[in-house]
Amino acid sequence: MNLNRVVTSRRHFLKTSAAVGGGLAIEFALPMQARGQAQGTAAQEVTAWILIHPDERVVVRVARSEMGQGSFTGLPMLVAEELQCDWKQVSAEYASTTEQMKRNRVWGSMSTGGSSSIRTSHEILRKAGATARQMLITAAAQNWGVPAIECVALNGVITHAASKRSTTFGRVADRAATLEAPKDVKLKDPKDWQLIGTSQKRFDIPDKVTGKQVYGIDVTLPNMLHASILQCPVFDGKVKSVDSSAAEKMRGVKQIVRLDNAVAVVADNWWRANQALKLLKVEWDEGANATVSSQSIMALLSDGLNDTAIPNAKKVGDVSAALAGAAQVMEAEYFTPYLNHATMEPQNCTAWVKGDKVEVWAPTQNAEAAVAEAAKALGVAPTQVEFHKMHLGGGFGRRGVLHDFVKLAVLVAKQVNTTTDVPVKLTWSREEDIKQGAYRPVSLYRMKAGLDAAGNVTAWHSRIAAPSIMLTFQPDRVRNGIDTNALGGFIDMPYTVANTQVDYSLKQPHVPVTFWRAVAHSQNPFARECFLDEMAQSNGKDPVEFRRALLKAGDKNLLVMEAAAKAAGWSVPLPVGVHRGIAVQDSYGSYAAAVIELSVSDQGEIDLKRVVVAVDPGYVVNPDSAKAQIESCVVYGLTAALYGEITIKEGRVEQSNFYDYPMLRINKMPKVEAVLVPTGGSTWGGLGEPPLSPLAPALCNAIFAATGQRIRSLPIKNHNLKKV
Amino acid sequence: MVKLNINGKVHQVDVEPDMPLLWVLRDILKMTGTKYGCGVAQCGACTVHVNGEAMRSCSVPASVLEGKKITTIEGLAATKLHKVQQAWIDHEVPQCGYCQSGMIMAAVNLLEKKPKPTDADIDAAMSNICRCGTYVRVRAAIHAAAKA
Repeated sequence: MNLNRVVTSRRHFLKTSAAVGGGLAIEFALPMQARGQAQGTAAQEVTAWILIHPDERVVVRVARSEMGQGSFTGLPMLVAEELQCDWKQVSAEYASTTEQMKRNRVWGSMSTGGSSSIRTSHEILRKAGATARQMLITAAAQNWGVPAIECVALNGVITHAASKRSTTFGRVADRAATLEAPKDVKLKDPKDWQLIGTSQKRFDIPDKVTGKQVYGIDVTLPNMLHASILQCPVFDGKVKSVDSSAAEKMRGVKQIVRLDNAVAVVADNWWRANQALKLLKVEWDEGANATVSSQSIMALLSDGLNDTAIPNAKKVGDVSAALAGAAQVMEAEYFTPYLNHATMEPQNCTAWVKGDKVEVWAPTQNAEAAVAEAAKALGVAPTQVEFHKMHLGGGFGRRGVLHDFVKLAVLVAKQVNTTTDVPVKLTWSREEDIKQGAYRPVSLYRMKAGLDAAGNVTAWHSRIAAPSIMLTFQPDRVRNGIDTNALGGFIDMPYTVANTQVDYSLKQPHVPVTFWRAVAHSQNPFARECFLDEMAQSNGKDPVEFRRALLKAGDKNLLVMEAAAKAAGWSVPLPVGVHRGIAVQDSYGSYAAAVIELSVSDQGEIDLKRVVVAVDPGYVVNPDSAKAQIESCVVYGLTAALYGEITIKEGRVEQSNFYDYPMLRINKMPKVEAVLVPTGGSTWGGLGEPPLSPLAPALCNAIFAATGQRIRSLPIKNHNLKKV
Repeated sequence: MVKLNINGKVHQVDVEPDMPLLWVLRDILKMTGTKYGCGVAQCGACTVHVNGEAMRSCSVPASVLEGKKITTIEGLAATKLHKVQQAWIDHEVPQCGYCQSGMIMAAVNLLEKKPKPTDADIDAAMSNICRCGTYVRVRAAIHAAAKA
């Protein structure tokens, strides 16, 4: 393993430098800079996660991707807490994907999805910090000839109180790097944390206000060519013929590349490539899907709900009997549409094919998956791929599992005929990005509930027809026709109802689907929490009281609901014309509740006044970043609920840019109050997605309060609202 | 040849009359701080200043800008951060940051015209799209910069 080689060379380095430097006397006699020179200026790797420079700078390696959520800072905070270094000396760098392959995946998962960065790596990172601290202390103790247990480390300084000696991490890092890592390290009790739980400035922000931040789309290399691409507008279609005579004559055009399902123009800049692309006359073999429409997809889902043979994903008690004996039976159908992620940075990737090797630059939520895709496209081993992970101009799931942009860039670059190998940057136009997404699945819900004479819920039957994301990416996760990933919020519903049943009909139209921020938890809560509101309203019950009666004591859903209700002043009457709604949903280890206040004008226009979101993520590492994630989920969730809709006609996506796939802008933005109520315990929850889950239902419940109109299909823009 | 005055420096570029300023900046001059978001003046990621006016560079041919003063995010603050950039740092505004060059250019232009903008002024001037949802902080940072 290369890991061993690195260690060996470091040992060699230590011997050399000790011989030259002459040991500790010099260490204390010289000023910092000279000390660094005496010991060598190379940074020392003290565990794979931590580099310590002779001048005391600490670099923490980050395996997950930064896409605005703050992991590039939050993850190093976890390390630094246990390392006991000076936070002001800490910076971050991405763990090298190439080294990850060479060193047997020493940094673990590089996947950045499922709100997982902190919740799935906090332990390994805190342990890395504690391990390195122990190694640094041991190195100092060995230098001094004292027991390590008598030494302490604080703010990057190691002290041996009895002999009144102290040294710094930078001075002992070279020796520490040669030591065997201790097997077991003790982590701090959370009550002793000094850094975790304090708001720290994000490392990535300064470059993002000056234009210096280089995203994937900004990669600039010598002799680089640019490509724009047109894929068959009907998914799974193929290129039949291409007339490129007009495009070829355009200035700057170098080559027209034909792929199985796409055509690309390669030129000396992107605008020229894209202008020429518009001149291509492509005949497509659109295949069997060219007749599919939103209506036919709806009919397919509807057939699914009407199919009595679909499997049960959950069955408690006897729903049929309970419904038959209920004093009141309620039934409603809900619908959520396909959604595109619309990252602000369109899909892009730069590839430089050099014989049987390829160098790739891409914004990705999962560098290892990107490498695998590039290797597969080129038909080489992953070790032949040198990968450069770039910061993302938005991810939201689009750049997580699916790396179609990497595949296409590699395939285009491979075909470029130049006298020497050159890098090619493939950038999708916004239109291509909207039309060639992988989408949040559509879903159709049939909700049926039975209530007794007192308005208590006795039965709840949920039937869900939807495409499965797992069927595409991990088909073995679909068992007995059930993708439980599509059923979050139903199969684990926190409400106590004696008779519950969840049925699932897997229907897979040709439209590609993937993870979209909060995944099923972005849509299932809309049906669940609005239908619950229907039950409360039809019985004249307060929605908070109604939920409280259904939630078990101690359930954190109850805690966040109370926190949101309290912060929003739920029990205090609102001004005339202002109305509110509430919703609750847990996901990714966190619990979230939202209260939305709004008014609806005589013309049916919604004026969003205020959004309160309370979240219990267990622990909060960087509170200001956590609040930013809540604010972010509010915008992403409101945008989807108000406007988000991808429709299909003749097998293709109808929308093409922000004028027909609109976004919430600042002029419609309500006030946001982010309420963090971390309760600790053994579970660490995520923050990138959970706050989004209650947004759509809270909004639609508020609209009902304002108008008496029950929104059962999204987006809201398709409904004509009227004031009560 | 098109002669452009960008951030106080004159550049001569050999481009077609209809090539938008955005692509001259990004692909010819390698000034990538100005971003491509939609290409149709919808999102504002490409916002620059032309003679003191915020303009969406994806939809303005470079050839019509001869003799005009163009400022990009790179030229906003040569030595010291602009007070808007400082407010952006103080309020931790950016998330992914991709839209923020345009956001900042629009905010600077707003403050040049209205040094003490109201919320309504901000609503009218800041039509840039941000998918990460930084709007709450954009508003707070503009108000803070107005006081700075």
